Parts: sequence; C-alpha cells; structure tokens
Amino acid sequence: MQDTLTKKIFDVEEVRKDFPILSREVEGKPLVYLDNAATSQKPQSVINAISDYYSNYNANIHRGVYSISIKASEAYENAKIKVKEFINASNEREIIFTRGTTEAINLIAYSYGLENVNEGDEIIISEMEHHANIVPWQVLCEKKKAALKVIPVNDSGELLIDEYKKLLSDKTKIVAIGHISNSLGTINPVKEIIRLAKEKSKDIAVVVDGAQAIHHTKVDVRDMGADFYVFSSHKMYGPMGIGVLYGRSELLEAMPPYQTGGDMISTVSFKGTTYNDIPMKFEAGTPNVEGAVGLTAAIDYINAIGFDDIHKQEAELLEYATAQLKEINGLKIIGTAKEKTGVISFVVEGLNALDIGIMLDTNGVAVRTGQHCTEPLMERFSIPGTVRASFAFYNSKEEIDVFVNALKKAIEILK
Amino acid sequence: MSISKLEFGNKSNDLYMDKTIQEIEEEIVDEFSFFESWQDKYEYIIELGKKLKGYPEDKQTGEYKVKGCQSSVWLVTDETDGRIAFKADSDSTIVKGLIALLIRVLNNRTPDEILNAKLDFIGKTGLQQHLAQTRANGLAAMIKQMKMYALAYKAKQQI
Repeated sequence: MQDTLTKKIFDVEEVRKDFPILSREVEGKPLVYLDNAATSQKPQSVINAISDYYSNYNANIHRGVYSISIKASEAYENAKIKVKEFINASNEREIIFTRGTTEAINLIAYSYGLENVNEGDEIIISEMEHHANIVPWQVLCEKKKAALKVIPVNDSGELLIDEYKKLLSDKTKIVAIGHISNSLGTINPVKEIIRLAKEKSKDIAVVVDGAQAIHHTKVDVRDMGADFYVFSSHKMYGPMGIGVLYGRSELLEAMPPYQTGGDMISTVSFKGTTYNDIPMKFEAGTPNVEGAVGLTAAIDYINAIGFDDIHKQEAELLEYATAQLKEINGLKIIGTAKEKTGVISFVVEGLNALDIGIMLDTNGVAVRTGQHCTEPLMERFSIPGTVRASFAFYNSKEEIDVFVNALKKAIEILK
Repeated sequence: MSISKLEFGNKSNDLYMDKTIQEIEEEIVDEFSFFESWQDKYEYIIELGKKLKGYPEDKQTGEYKVKGCQSSVWLVTDETDGRIAFKADSDSTIVKGLIALLIRVLNNRTPDEILNAKLDFIGKTGLQQHLAQTRANGLAAMIKQMKMYALAYKAKQQI
C-alpha cells in the first residue's frame, strides 16, 4: 500500500498541528508534554483511522463471510505486513499482536521459557531493565529453579559489556535486554550483545525489549539478529492496548500456546484440540482490530516523517535541554551515556521529585516523577527517584524553555 | 526518649482550640479561595510544609511510616487528657503541607471528634480533584492512619 502522507521538509510547528492534544491548555497554560517515554500523543491520522474503522467496517474478523468482516480482516492482516516491513522481519507470520510489551515478554517467558529453561540454567538481564523485563524472568527462574544474572551498569548508566561476557556461560538459556533504557535513555549495543550471546551458543535466545526504541530509531530485527523483539504501539504514536511480539518463525513454531480459546485452534473436539499455525496460535480470542488499524496509521505517519528528521529533532532537543539543565545549581542528571535518546532523568539536591513534578504541572508541564518502574536501577544510583523529561520529535525548543523556566521557579519556591 | 515527653502541637494550633473542627475546615476553605491559581495554592501548601517542624528524627523509621503514600510519610501521636496530638514528617514538602492542614484540623481533639470529622475541606478546596489519584491516595492514607490512632485511643479509654 502506498503511504498516504507525503514527505515534507520538517517543520516542528507544522508537525505539531498533526497532534490535536498539543494545542490544549492546562491551568490556562499551553500543555507542554514531556512524558513521551510513558506514552506518546497521537496524530489525527491515527485517530481518524480508528474512527473510520468503527464508523465504516467494524466486524469480527477471520470468520465472517460478509464484506465488512472481510474488510476488517484485511485491515488486520495488512497491519501485520506493515509491522513486518517496519522492522524488516522475514515474514508476517513472525508478527504476533499482544496487549503490549509486557504481555509479549510474559508470553515468551511462559511459552518459550517454561519449555526451554530448566533447573540450574541461567537467564541474563541487566540492572537498568524495566520491571516488565525483570519480573517475568524472576517468576520463571523461581518456577524452574534457574538463576537470574544481572549485567551491572557504570556511573554513566551504560552496560558493562565485560561483565556481561563473564556472565555468559554454558548455563545461559535466555538473554533479555532493553534496547533503550526508559529511565536513563541509554541506547544499549544490542547487536553486539546478541553477537556475544550467539558466539557462546546458538541456542541462547535473545529477547530485546524495544518499547523505548521502536519510535526513536530504525529497527531491523534481522540485521540485529534478535530472536525476539517486543514493543508497544502506544509509545510509537499508535493506540494503547496493542503491542508486537516479533519472533523468529522456527522458535515460534516450536513454542506451545500461551493462552487458549478461539481463533488459535485448528480443530476442537472433546477428545482433543489441534492448534492453528503461527501467528494465530498465539492470538487466542477476538483480536484488537481497532489497535491494528491505529498501529498501521502510526507506522505510516512515522514513515512519512522519516527517522532522519525524527533523530535530528530529538537529538537537538536533548542537547538543548541538557545544556540548560546543567546550568542549574544542585541539579544532577542521572544517565549520561554517550549513546542516548531524548530522555533526561535528574535529581535536585535537597528536593523531592514529586514536589517538582507537581509544581511543573501548575505551569502546564507534564513530566514523570518517581522510580519509573526501575527500582533496582534507582537503588544502583542510591536515589529514591528522579524527575524525568522525555522528548518526542513534536516537542519544540520553546517548550524546553517553558520547562526550564518552570523548573527554576519550582526550585526557587521549594528551596 | 519517650514520645509523651515531646512537645506536641504548635502554638498557633492553640489559637484554634476554641473552634470546632468544622469551623477550622471552613477557615481553610476560605483561605484557599483567595488564591486564583493552583500555583499559588501550592505555594501556600509548600509554606505550610516548610513550617511543619519538630518531628523526632529517630522516629523516621518503618514503624511510623504511613503506608500507601508515593512519598515517605511518618506520623506519631501522643494523648493528653483524652486528646490526641499528632506530629508528622515527609520527604515531600507538598505532602508535609497537606499533613500540616490535617494536623491543624485534627490536633488536640478527642478520639470521637477525630473519628467524626468529615474533612470536607479537602473536596471544597479542590485538593481532592487536583491531587492525582496516587497522590490523593497518600492523603487518604494519612487520614486513615490518623483515624486509626483515634480509634485505638478510644478503644483504650473504654477498657
């Protein structure tokens, strides 16, 4: 399908018009949305696609013989093809729709993990993982009496690759690693991490949590060599409630179902049931067609803007904001990796992150405060939590100015 | 050091002692109505938070921590002549300001007064709606804890 949006010269003011929410006010002040690592805002084209689906061809898919069901089924299958092309998978059969990144990781842990991890085996994760990429593995380890090994990070918030090399062993069965840290913005060298695992043993499965990466950087799962790559639609300007599990087909084919019910079966009788082929085997029940339609529109939108411009704008915002924040007395940025995306986590000496967050909100500035679902990482830096500002390509330098001024004012009031 | 030896309540609180809980609540609602923006309201809460002092440092432990708050909140009580006094602290100045308001309303009251307090001012000042659920939960947890203390003292009185 031809992309409906045509490539234009990047102009942030023009781009902002695509996102209706960005023109709203909070407390009589323009909304400055800097919580993009939590969820992204949606362009009108995504909103329209969902509205169009419900207005014109809402139907349950795969079984209907009537025209709107066929159209809905086509839209759903088209979304798979869209995602396949977006991440350069070999085949759309390797694309499974889940509720989001968390469900995708759980699916891998419960299906691939229970089947392949046994007593005495080891799973490697890192100190900077989101809880969603810690707890499922922890539970799996408990069930199977396996051990969880953790790659430490340095003071800049970068993975210690030498330590990772030491952790890889004959017992390693899974390596699960975030592509980009949600708390620090660190871009991890996933290609190297995968290469090192595969050098140790081809049988080590590498799971990459791409929730924070998919909208910032061009992902090529085959070039990367990932066995599994997972992400959520809502962080990439698409709707909530749908995510993607990419898995290499030979792994997916060998894996048992995660949930059972309709759509994932081939035949059912009371003597026994045979399962459908991938990807349907992993998609029990009525799928999220609305989500698939919205995700398709989101990918079209990203493609129309292009990663070159997305990169450029986000890098500029990061540099601009970092320079200004560094000037503030008592402010310390947590996470200063050489390779990082538009995420700035910081603490201000003597001040509570929650207080700063509330005061920023009174100026219309939305940031996140707390531990960002990365408690072990906060412990690593001996801090109770941070204030986190995270940027998207639709943020402007003027917004950074509003944020920095509001922050200075908040510090003045709170000190 | 026993808690009972600490000086509870602050002087300004004594000024309110001749007023009912309801009257103090109305005063607070009045005060908040003077502020036009939430920024001003929070500035006021922050000032209250900064003024809330005297919590014993050695009581900043898990035993006295109020569960269910996004920030750390500690609360201790003392009882004199059937009235309960509160001291509290938090690592968040805004939360401290909110506790200061609660203490202003509930300090040196009888267990029954505390248990019956409607605490309408939280809704009427708009604080209820403005504090997002997680933060409001912190406030709710503090109120629950204060009422629990009142209930415990009441039970003790009845023995």
